[in-house]
Amino acid sequence: MQKEHTPRLIIAGKTYRSRLLVGSGKYKDLEQTRLATEASGAEIITVAIRRVNIGQDPNAPSLLDAVPPSKYTILPNSAGCYNAEDAVYTLQLGRELLGGHKLCKLEVLGDEKTLFPNMPETLKAANILVKEGFDVMVYCSDDPIQAKMLEDIGCVAIMPLASLIGSGMGILNPWNLSLIIQQATVPVLVDAGVGTASDAAIAMELGCDGVLMNTAIAGAHDPVRMARAMGLAVEAGREAFLAGRIPKKFVASASSPMVGRVV
Amino acid sequence: MTHIVLNGEPYQLCEEKTLEELIVTLNLSGQAIAVAVNRQIVARTEWTSHYLQLQDKVDVVRAIGGG
Repeated sequence: MQKEHTPRLIIAGKTYRSRLLVGSGKYKDLEQTRLATEASGAEIITVAIRRVNIGQDPNAPSLLDAVPPSKYTILPNSAGCYNAEDAVYTLQLGRELLGGHKLCKLEVLGDEKTLFPNMPETLKAANILVKEGFDVMVYCSDDPIQAKMLEDIGCVAIMPLASLIGSGMGILNPWNLSLIIQQATVPVLVDAGVGTASDAAIAMELGCDGVLMNTAIAGAHDPVRMARAMGLAVEAGREAFLAGRIPKKFVASASSPMVGRVV
Repeated sequence: MTHIVLNGEPYQLCEEKTLEELIVTLNLSGQAIAVAVNRQIVARTEWTSHYLQLQDKVDVVRAIGGG
């Protein structure tokens, strides 16, 4: 089945105007989180699930005040989990925290140095979560075979890394991403590795359905401006993909006619 | 006195018998949190009827910034 190029991003039956998804980590404070998130135009915001610091001021502002679930689709993640069991437990807590909300971002990491996905554990966790009724968006390697396995399990979006999380190294293997995009019947989103706006545009020009990023925005000198740039880049990349780029050639092709020259 | 493990640390209950009472003591009532006991999620509606046992491992979590 060929995937339809829908005008809007559709994930688990819900339509989104923006194809940019953003994380909420690494910002200076909650106000910067709020402003950058707003400037990005993103509608889906990733959050981490962590133990409450017992004894802290219960009235201190919380992340969900800055990015309220009434305004955004909150995407709890299993960041920091290194096995399927911990990832499933974390996402069960996330679902409960958000009042039964089924959408989640599964990530099971391999090691601290690379934060590369542990694919056997990711597949295991995806199986459990799908059976438990979660709508699973999954961070994975850019291996088309395992991406297909995740899709067959029932994940609602495949999210291969473009390069290591937080590295800003950009799209390192466009060929693998293209293979994944071509075969997928669910949305494919680049998750991780974007460094600047052109990386986001390239991902979209390849035919990705969306891009998820955090560090590239939060770590920029001016996060709010970068958030805006990323929103524009994702939109521009999508338009270019749909418009169809010219083929690359090794010879020049003049844009002005030869006829009627004054020389 | 009932000792439990709360968010990975030893914790001594005083008068609290239920999860709801523990959450009230922790000043977390009405907060956007989720709770699990021994890695089993306990729905908010069940906090009042969930009695804590010696050595229960209780996790109380919230959403924070992450990507």
